[in-house]
Amino acid sequence: MTDNLPARRNLLSRIPFQVILEPRLEEPPRWYPWFITILAVVIALLIGAVILALAGGNPWATYAHIGRAAFGNLGVLSDTMVKAIPLMIVGLACSLAFRMRIWNIGAEGQFFMGAFGASAVVLTPMLPADAPSWLFIPCMLIAGMLCGAIWGFIPGFLKAKFNVNEIISTLMMNYIAISWNNYWIFAVWTEGGFQMSRVFPRNAWLPRLTDFAAEVPLFRGLTTHFGLVLALVAAVIVWLILYRSQWGYEIRLVGDNPRAAHYAGISIGRNIVYVMMLSGALAGMAGMSEISGVVHRLQGAISPGYGFTGIIVAWLAKLNPLAVIPVSILFGALILAGREIQPSGIPKMMNGIILVCLIASDFLLRYRISITRRMEEE
Amino acid sequence: MDLLIVLQAGVATGTILLFATIGEIFAERSGVMNLGVEGMMLLGAMSAFSIAIRTGNPWLGLLVAMLAAGLISQIHAFIAITLQADQVVSGLSLNFLAVGLSLVLGEGLSKAGTITLIPSVTLPLLSQIPILGPVFFTNQKLIVYFGYLLIPLAWYYIYHTRPGLHLRAVGEFPAAADSLGVNVYRLRYFYVFVGGVLAGLAGATISLAISPGWFSELTTAGQGWIAIGLVIFAQWDPLRAAFGSYIFGALRRLVLDIQGPMMLFGFPNPFYYNPYWGFFLEMLPYAFTIIVLVIGSREAIRKRLGAPTALGIPYIRGERGL
Repeated sequence: MTDNLPARRNLLSRIPFQVILEPRLEEPPRWYPWFITILAVVIALLIGAVILALAGGNPWATYAHIGRAAFGNLGVLSDTMVKAIPLMIVGLACSLAFRMRIWNIGAEGQFFMGAFGASAVVLTPMLPADAPSWLFIPCMLIAGMLCGAIWGFIPGFLKAKFNVNEIISTLMMNYIAISWNNYWIFAVWTEGGFQMSRVFPRNAWLPRLTDFAAEVPLFRGLTTHFGLVLALVAAVIVWLILYRSQWGYEIRLVGDNPRAAHYAGISIGRNIVYVMMLSGALAGMAGMSEISGVVHRLQGAISPGYGFTGIIVAWLAKLNPLAVIPVSILFGALILAGREIQPSGIPKMMNGIILVCLIASDFLLRYRISITRRMEEE
Repeated sequence: MDLLIVLQAGVATGTILLFATIGEIFAERSGVMNLGVEGMMLLGAMSAFSIAIRTGNPWLGLLVAMLAAGLISQIHAFIAITLQADQVVSGLSLNFLAVGLSLVLGEGLSKAGTITLIPSVTLPLLSQIPILGPVFFTNQKLIVYFGYLLIPLAWYYIYHTRPGLHLRAVGEFPAAADSLGVNVYRLRYFYVFVGGVLAGLAGATISLAISPGWFSELTTAGQGWIAIGLVIFAQWDPLRAAFGSYIFGALRRLVLDIQGPMMLFGFPNPFYYNPYWGFFLEMLPYAFTIIVLVIGSREAIRKRLGAPTALGIPYIRGERGL
């Protein structure tokens, strides 16, 4: 096993340069982490280009197409925002949980439950169809967030009480949520045997820019909806919680050093449950916003993997709630333009490559790499 | 509905989980958690099916699937072992990458045609044993028998051989293993590779034998994640993993088969007359995984058993600690 080692060392020592890794002792400058992040994304795009080229596509045309299809004019820009809104809210949900090192991979399921809860208000019906908007929308929001919070509570409780691995349990909850939704779509709320509910009444729709086209002609046809405001408000609230409240301090302390948090008298179990519930409620809010702002009915295909893309968004934003907003817009563009790209798996693959490069690039934050001339005596 | 037939099909279905679970046990025993099992299985299923269509040889497909998944697992190995990144995030990113790659390369594969499947075999004497014979040894795919062989081999390897001792040492106390001349990094790379190979085998088992074909992400339908859950239930022991895998396989089959007949044990079958209950049946394997996790985690707390001590912790030579 060790026989070939001296030979390899000889081979290596013939190269006149060597790579030296030193742990970084000092904090890198503030711009450095973001520089590394951008570098990682650029490298990811290059790797993606190579794979696209190998698969017989033209990577530059594909990238240019993504850019045009996502940012080319006001109309598509608005569509990009529509795709970005659920990502923003789900990205916040993931950032919050990940900050405490609770791996909530179940945002997709919580998203579906949020959509279910919001739909239940309209379809059960809990409110008469002619109820005013100011009553409908808050009720749907509360119902959606409540269902998401319940879906987050279960794995959170199991983690706190029995130390059940939350990665697996949240993932399993995803599959359960989708089956649960399917049951209601197929069996109860089906419209004429189709796999979707009836369209919600107009007063259960989130207002869109195009609804104000009479006052501002520029808004004609723009589908960006009120969910954007919800997302921005949520981002500020999550930021305030994490960085300006005692609870946020506890969350960050548990995330950074659970043992220290325990000795400081912080109840880790209770925080796990609360964080999972808030995280689930946020993901549920994303589901509500999607149902009420875009789809306007309950159906099976409401998410092209928003819950999972949210994980990448959160990581790319370095778990900073405010950075989640611009990062989501980029991924919204990828999802929007990705619908027209063949093969259809490319956006998913690009997501994977970006995340892999990001994780790998973290190494550069912890180590200083220098290439030096090899010493003779070595 | 013949219970023996359900169990027989359940053992076949459970073989998928068996390979993936034992593979992940090897990786985690060495101290590296790989959450990319689902993606690696999908890559395995896709490449196996694709190669089998092109060459007409399922065995070649099997081999390529194992290699492909093994190779892609090395991305995680590099990030988690050499770059010392968080294994949870790295594994997740590998999962996204492998799923995306499988979807891109598998585009159009679902309509590409049919393949020669891995043959079924009935073992002459063993199939005569009452109950066990029809369940385990009658008309099973050849690959299912590989599973039977893998269980004792993996168990013996981990607990009763020298390399197995090294494997456990690297996962429990890498610094001690290192000081005794065991190459921690190399072993961890190797066992992540083994985990990838077995996940690829699990994927190939789906697409070449158990439910042949390519149905994009529905091919694996979360079984990779169930496998990771089973590792915890199994307490990192191949024998318990086998038990869990076959139980789960039987459950998956039961969920599919119970909706078929009009009569069930002499009573009208409620699942036949209420087809929408099928959605609740679909939830069962996933709900059951959570229940199994609760059982496994409680047991771990009670017996003070559990994960390899260094699981999830990157080994940095010369640093204090594990």
